[in-house]
Amino acid sequence: MNLVTVSGPPSSGKTAVILKTIDSFQKRGLEVGVVKFDCLYTDDDILYKKAGVKVKKGLSGSLCPDHYFVSNIEEVVQWGIKEDLDLLITESAGLCNRCSPYVKNVTAVCVIDNLSGINTPKKIGPMLKSADIVIITKGDIVSQAEREVFASRVNTVNPGASIMNVNGLTGQGAYELSTLLYDEKANVKTLVGEKLRFSMPSALCSYCLGETRIGESFQMGNVRKINMEDKKNQ
Amino acid sequence: MISVRDIQEQTIADLFEQYPFLQGFFEEQTLEVNGQINEKLDDFLNFLEDEEEQENRAMAKDQVLESMSEYITQMLEFLGEDKDDGVRSITLLPGTNKSGEAEQFGELKISKSEIVCIVGPTGSGKSRLLADIEWVAHKDTPTSRTILVNDEKGDKKWRMTSGNKLVAQLSQNMNFVMDLSVYEFLELHAQSRLVEDVESVIDKIIKQANNLAGEKFDLNTPITSLSGGQSRALMIADTAILSKSPIILIDEIENAGIDRKKALELLVGEEKIVLMATHDPILALMGDKRIVIKNGGIHKVIETSEEERNLLVDLERMDAVVQNMRTRLRQGEIIQKEDIGF
Repeated sequence: MNLVTVSGPPSSGKTAVILKTIDSFQKRGLEVGVVKFDCLYTDDDILYKKAGVKVKKGLSGSLCPDHYFVSNIEEVVQWGIKEDLDLLITESAGLCNRCSPYVKNVTAVCVIDNLSGINTPKKIGPMLKSADIVIITKGDIVSQAEREVFASRVNTVNPGASIMNVNGLTGQGAYELSTLLYDEKANVKTLVGEKLRFSMPSALCSYCLGETRIGESFQMGNVRKINMEDKKNQ
Repeated sequence: MISVRDIQEQTIADLFEQYPFLQGFFEEQTLEVNGQINEKLDDFLNFLEDEEEQENRAMAKDQVLESMSEYITQMLEFLGEDKDDGVRSITLLPGTNKSGEAEQFGELKISKSEIVCIVGPTGSGKSRLLADIEWVAHKDTPTSRTILVNDEKGDKKWRMTSGNKLVAQLSQNMNFVMDLSVYEFLELHAQSRLVEDVESVIDKIIKQANNLAGEKFDLNTPITSLSGGQSRALMIADTAILSKSPIILIDEIENAGIDRKKALELLVGEEKIVLMATHDPILALMGDKRIVIKNGGIHKVIETSEEERNLLVDLERMDAVVQNMRTRLRQGEIIQKEDIGF
């Protein structure tokens, strides 16, 4: 079984891109499955089912979605193997731009859109910087110049990645993307012992544990303060 | 190839001098140099070895060093590209349509400064044709077409590189979304293309854009408040002059507020290969050839005949009548039968 992790900011077009790409795989007779990770709600699983794809969804609820992802990925892989999939795609939204679900030796795709603004690439951490393939969407509604500037900013933060434009509505570029995501020789059996590409932060404060009251006496654990002092002229 | 070893022992000041574009890399990677410009790169990045710092910034030292050497390699390649390496022509070799039948043409070569129109109903396969060209297809797309560049099998480098795409696109649905003035916008685009003389390029683009636009605008205008015609004019002038892509695909140009004939002349003058999806008779007849697409395949390639070209004169006259009425309506005048003129 092949395994691909897809990640990207909310509403960047991950599901649309994956659906169009799956279309190409199905034409080649490959069995594809998707596991969708989200935080509070998603009905994307219905879209996948409609497309004839085997699908599972996981909602992280009160937990950090990326931590939730890592704690579950091995079970997800075993599900894919049991279902006899040729290709398993995991989809998860990067909710805070800090972490990423990418695993070493597993193809990592980041989906990001032209409308998010040219300063976005530098605001996103390992989710963008350590991806193997970066897909830029919504190119059909911005100017050529903006597409070029955006792609060059993405290239600056992740020069090693293959950068592609895919249109999630018309599917332009999706066939081409599909050629990069499936390798006949690849065969994932387990992820036990594999490692994340980048560590996830070790924050645990009273608010992680459900505290709602504001004030210093309620703050415990890993707490950090903004430096509010004005900078003095040197 | 620049390796990590080539750069890590050098000072940041030395690196900036050799590779001026590296300052942009530092900026995008949010690395602040401040007073440490004379430190060795390796020493400067040592702060990322600290575990807490590494976690807070979500960056690791070796990853930054690797990215940086890769970036320098790419940029040097980009800058070193000779004009002579450019694309002089593309050639389409037939594949199949959606039913698997062979396409109805021998081979189609399109050279610099040529205009080829693409006609056919929605969903007939225009996007697929464009995607084949962009991907430099080599019998490895659903149509099994082959695309040659300069009569040779196309280099796969066109497929992935961000700054060097084969096709630039302009369509009716495209808008400016950045919150910038025309000047700031052009400056940003020129910088991303590593243009040396930014001022003169901006000057050239704004002149050309105003030459195309019905209503003039200046460099201080916010790009988001340009009219439809002005936006189109700026997009075309900017793409013609600043975009490195040798092929331009245009998906219809509306007739309002922009001189379409001049727009095509500008693109052709900048030695672009122009592909234009259009059903507007004036634009279609301006093309040297037109590709007819049916059922996912190229059904026919028609050369614009002398006879058709002569019709263009009449069509342009009809167009002028409508344009004239538009102007008069705008000025609050009454339109009469005589205004039609024939």
